[in-house]
Amino acid sequence: MNIGKKIGLSYGPPTRNAFGEALREIGHQNENLVVLDGDVGNSTRTNYFRDDFPDRFFNVGIAESNMIGVASGMWAAGKDVLAASFACFLMCNAYDQIRMSIAFPRANVKLVGSHSGISIGEDGPSQMGIEDLALASALPNFTVIFPADAPSAKSATLAMFEIDGPVYLRTMRPEVPIIYQDDFDFQIGKANQLRDGSDVTLIACGLMVAASLEAAQVLHEEGIEARVLDMHTIKLLDIDAVEHAARRTGAIVTAEEHVLHGGLGAAVAQAVTNRFPVPMGFVGIDNTYAESGEPEELLEKYGLMPEDIVEKAHLAINKKLALRGV
Amino acid sequence: MVKQVSQEKINQLQRTAKKLSRQIIEMTTKAGSGHPSSSLSMIDILMVLYFGEIMHYRPDEPDWPDRDRFILSKGHGVPGLYAVMAEAGYFDPNLLMSLREIGSPLEGHPNMRMLPGLEASTGSLGQGLSIGLGHALAARVDKSDYRVYVMIGDGEADEGQIWEAAMSASKFKANNLIAILDYNKFQQTGAVRDVMPALEPLVEKWISFGWAVYEINGHDYREIFDALHSTRKAEDRPQIIIAHTLKGHGLSPFEKDDVNRKHGKPLNEEEKQIALEELENYDYGKTISSVELRPTR
Repeated sequence: MNIGKKIGLSYGPPTRNAFGEALREIGHQNENLVVLDGDVGNSTRTNYFRDDFPDRFFNVGIAESNMIGVASGMWAAGKDVLAASFACFLMCNAYDQIRMSIAFPRANVKLVGSHSGISIGEDGPSQMGIEDLALASALPNFTVIFPADAPSAKSATLAMFEIDGPVYLRTMRPEVPIIYQDDFDFQIGKANQLRDGSDVTLIACGLMVAASLEAAQVLHEEGIEARVLDMHTIKLLDIDAVEHAARRTGAIVTAEEHVLHGGLGAAVAQAVTNRFPVPMGFVGIDNTYAESGEPEELLEKYGLMPEDIVEKAHLAINKKLALRGV
Repeated sequence: MVKQVSQEKINQLQRTAKKLSRQIIEMTTKAGSGHPSSSLSMIDILMVLYFGEIMHYRPDEPDWPDRDRFILSKGHGVPGLYAVMAEAGYFDPNLLMSLREIGSPLEGHPNMRMLPGLEASTGSLGQGLSIGLGHALAARVDKSDYRVYVMIGDGEADEGQIWEAAMSASKFKANNLIAILDYNKFQQTGAVRDVMPALEPLVEKWISFGWAVYEINGHDYREIFDALHSTRKAEDRPQIIIAHTLKGHGLSPFEKDDVNRKHGKPLNEEEKQIALEELENYDYGKTISSVELRPTR
């Protein structure tokens, strides 16, 4: 992939790797932590934990529903519990179990879904988690987090264990651009402003944060100044940051590697409508499944590139100006 | 050598079971909904678990870490569990008549956040065995020796997750996990043998999944005791008691319903009076002999 390279971003490890390293680190600090796997630990990177703590790692087989029930039981028995699989298999296969055994009893269980979005590429749509943010967000009591790069994935992994309640953390398969320094300030529920601007705000999560930074540079070269927010927390949304952006820039574009229904864009739109309505644009997967292909080919075909964000920014700005009678 | 239980003890348990059966019928009739027949089919097993010195628990300390766990996976049978918990001292028996009322902790299906002593929130079928396995594995990690009992329904075994849990419990040699299958032969729309004929052969299925299997008459206290005492012996595998039961405990208002033994339906006032009178002169021997023990496909 080349997203972000034009603006000098370098690529770092996949967020799933950063998660796996952080999980192992937590395992050394917290002897009460157990980890559950649906036989994909070498993909989700929970195998880093398994290598150090085989007695606290349980591979229940390719059985996500059972994995979630076991997670709930272990929580009820007093353990700190994390369970991981591919985003699609975890959220789609085990949704009722997550509803009944995790969300409903407010179980302090951390769920991690890897291989999110269409940038997993060649394996195709059966392996792509594109509905998971909406599914997780619909569950009462859940916090939903999607970090943009390896440093923030590490920070998010550490931070989510501070929450007493269910959390869904979404990770990605490919190497992605590095946005943050290792020691940056990451807080669940607090957006990170990566660039200031007064004409439009680009609110993104995951890989689309780098795409938004590149889009902002393109807009800058056109004389348009875009604010960029990394909205890594989709549920427990930073509504104040959204309101502030709406008031200051008067136009908002969201970008996410997820279906347009029920994800980041929908959450931001709800906040904007509640607090300070302004014209909006939405970049995401538009009511379709993708296909096999190279990651960047897919991002181009399904409208998830920096130029797509630029186009939606123009439309939102035009609406803003039209409303003001300019 | 299986522990002997006195006839006096059994008589006492049967008397209490009759009292709790009356409560099950009365609270569901008052609520106007609920699953009395699904509660009655397992009441004798619950009696032995809770009052036959099988399970260790502390009603005044429901979260006691070393307690044995009971998980009602077939959550719709919860009126039976509520009656048992009230008798055990978890809460005031007067609460029973608030079943299903708004604000009552006695919800239509178990909500562990509402009532201390409930080990899991269930009601979406198929999930309790996995939760029980989670407790069982946590006990291993924590080097605790508590045991986990999970009551599943026969119709519930249609759910794939039951068999996911069965396989993984076998993999982990969860010898502190004991499932009890309330084989009352009816599910929501009809007889188990019609809805899911391939549930049989059930004993052979569980054996082939690596479980130790006991097959009993679920209303015969000696058989219930023997099986539960046997499961307390060391095994290297999870264990299941397949308990043949009567959905509605043989009471005529339920028996008259050939479709599903009044699944999910409380008795009306007239039926209630009939059932309560039958409980007054209840003949356990007749119930035990009415149980179908070896269903065929």
